[in-house]
Amino acid sequence: MNARRWMRLRGLLRKESLQILRDPSSIAIAFVMPVVLLLLIGYGLSLDAKNVPLALVIENPNAESASFAAGFFQSPYFIPVRFGAVQDAEAAMRAREVDGIIWLRSNFTRQMLGAGAAPIGVIVNGVDANNARIVEGYLQQVWAGWLASYAAAHGIAFAEPLNVEFRVWFNPAVESADFLAPGLIALIMTLTGALLTAMVVAREWERGTMEALLVTPAAISEIIVSKLLPYFGLGMGGMALSVAVTTGLFHVPLRGSIWLLMAASAVFMLSALGMGLVISTFSKNQFAAGQIAITVAYMPAFMLSGFVFDIASMPAPIRVITYVVGARYFVAILQSLFLAGNVWPVVLPNMAALALMAAIFIAVARRLARKSLE
Amino acid sequence: MLRRIAALIVKELLAVLKDGKSRFVLIAPPLIQLIVFGYAATFDLNHVPFAAYNEDPSAASRELVARFAGSPAFTEVASIHSDGEIAPLIDRRKVLMVLHIDRRFTRDLMRGSPGRVQFILDGRNSNTALIAMGYANAILNTYGDWWSARRGLKPARAVLDIRARFNENLDSQWFIVPGIVALLAEIVTLLMTALSVAREREAGTFDQLLVTPMRPVEILIGKSAPGLLVGVIEATAIVVAGVVWFHVPMRGGLFALYAGLLLFVLSVIGAGLMISSLAATQQQALLGAFMFIAPSTILSGFATPIANMPRLIQYVTYLNPLRYILIVARGVFLEGATAGSLIPQYWPMALIGIVTLAVAGAMFRRRLY
Repeated sequence: MNARRWMRLRGLLRKESLQILRDPSSIAIAFVMPVVLLLLIGYGLSLDAKNVPLALVIENPNAESASFAAGFFQSPYFIPVRFGAVQDAEAAMRAREVDGIIWLRSNFTRQMLGAGAAPIGVIVNGVDANNARIVEGYLQQVWAGWLASYAAAHGIAFAEPLNVEFRVWFNPAVESADFLAPGLIALIMTLTGALLTAMVVAREWERGTMEALLVTPAAISEIIVSKLLPYFGLGMGGMALSVAVTTGLFHVPLRGSIWLLMAASAVFMLSALGMGLVISTFSKNQFAAGQIAITVAYMPAFMLSGFVFDIASMPAPIRVITYVVGARYFVAILQSLFLAGNVWPVVLPNMAALALMAAIFIAVARRLARKSLE
Repeated sequence: MLRRIAALIVKELLAVLKDGKSRFVLIAPPLIQLIVFGYAATFDLNHVPFAAYNEDPSAASRELVARFAGSPAFTEVASIHSDGEIAPLIDRRKVLMVLHIDRRFTRDLMRGSPGRVQFILDGRNSNTALIAMGYANAILNTYGDWWSARRGLKPARAVLDIRARFNENLDSQWFIVPGIVALLAEIVTLLMTALSVAREREAGTFDQLLVTPMRPVEILIGKSAPGLLVGVIEATAIVVAGVVWFHVPMRGGLFALYAGLLLFVLSVIGAGLMISSLAATQQQALLGAFMFIAPSTILSGFATPIANMPRLIQYVTYLNPLRYILIVARGVFLEGATAGSLIPQYWPMALIGIVTLAVAGAMFRRRLY
């Protein structure tokens, strides 16, 4: 009995593996896409603003305004351009030629040498709110630097009230690739696991070969195992490749244990595969399966996993939704394992959540497959 | 000829809409995504958990802690009393930031030397850490001003008077929601068109279509129209939801927006049909669609500015229709841009559309001979 069961399983596994090998697009999803995505995101996503074009309007040029303007010409963050009138500068901002305007009015020097607190007009383009905030931070740095050097040059006693030091643990240089690359692995595995499996199994339903499989002596659990295993291998292969690119090319440290990383990835892979099976069994058509997989697997893994956007900052109802996104748990594990080390209080609860999700998805897939036969 | 095209359009629409599940996935997910992502995709910080480590229990230091605890960006979840307590809190992700006030903080302040404040941030999400640093600096600045004023110190020689234009309160949602209009229009349109020819090829009906009296141009129009229809209708639904639900202002004219949307959807249809004409199966088409969507969303300026990318990659973004429509959508929504000022964004999308549609048409014909 057992021998027969094994033989059936082997036959099914052979069929699935051949199917993968004969369609190059499966291999591409598992191995080419991860590398392409890693390269794109590693080089393409950056929040560090540099060379921000800035309009300088100085209505009454003199020694004081020149010393202030000099700070912008020396700063690596700005490319200042001089404008004669503030109207011209605003027109340039409208045309998206400059991202901000510094405006020293004609009475600037008089106010500065008099009572002090002379206003420096600053207008930033706020459309990209986050970028605008980063630019404001750089502007404040230039301003504070100028205040201190001006005070020193003129022998004025000047002290900043606070001495502030920022220390960023795990990623002292605040490299965005260091935190994006581990999160990206979750995204790539979601794609291989959920999208690929959903499409493949939906195709079998569409063509009717799934029903043909279900009426063979093979048990449903055997069919499910045969569908899971080859794609499991494919997904883990893609994962290993991504880890190699992340540590080799982007020099992201892997401070935790590689075995723990593999174990967590295996559990996550199972939950993604289970999800793919459920989607395909539910939709039974490739177009719908593809759309659903992108909507419920890929987009949440991108937006709701803490991969780019901070979960704590989301409104409460959205935070609740993130608890059913498997990538959320996996991203937390990955970021800790890569940058911090084996932090068990982070790894264990998140792995347990993933295992639970995997079990639920596979059980549901089993049920759905059985029901559709009756 | 018109009747033939009309018949093909009806057939294409039926192919997608007659199946209840396909109909459902065209309508429900984009709207759900808009609501979820409209709230989730934000770089504004709210309720970031932090711990206060105040070694100087005095009025001045308590005031500083209170300013952080009272800010909507931060929530105080713990108060610690020794160095050893910092690491466990950060390691376990209980807090993102520890605010450490030096023992001599008040004494230094009273003497006129700077009071020492240290921040420890969790760099596992370095992006959030960076943004939190910006928020912290803003709070520290107002605290410094408050202290100087209270002590009757002379104000700085010059002060910054910062105003934001177009998005006066620097609300991330105003930036993201117009982007979602374009993003979701791209995904829906691309998936519809990319799978349309591949589906027929898989079923073998595409060869039949090619031997009908229809010319490739007519097939191209028939295959494009449903994508155009669905893409523009979905974009419209999101525009309405953005204005009504998210209260994003619509400062420009609808003509400027729709001129851009039409050209954008056409260029995406061109890309979709090109992918479709190259793919032999739906799976390959979906992979192709994905290989288009992923880079085009990352290299578009949707989440991070194009100006921050390496120069070489900046040139690549000129091939991306999403790059142009994002400027159009944000321009019309927030800046009140007119159609005339957006012409530099319109023509590249038109060009991309013409080239991709021509290639797709040529591919159809090549399959015949």
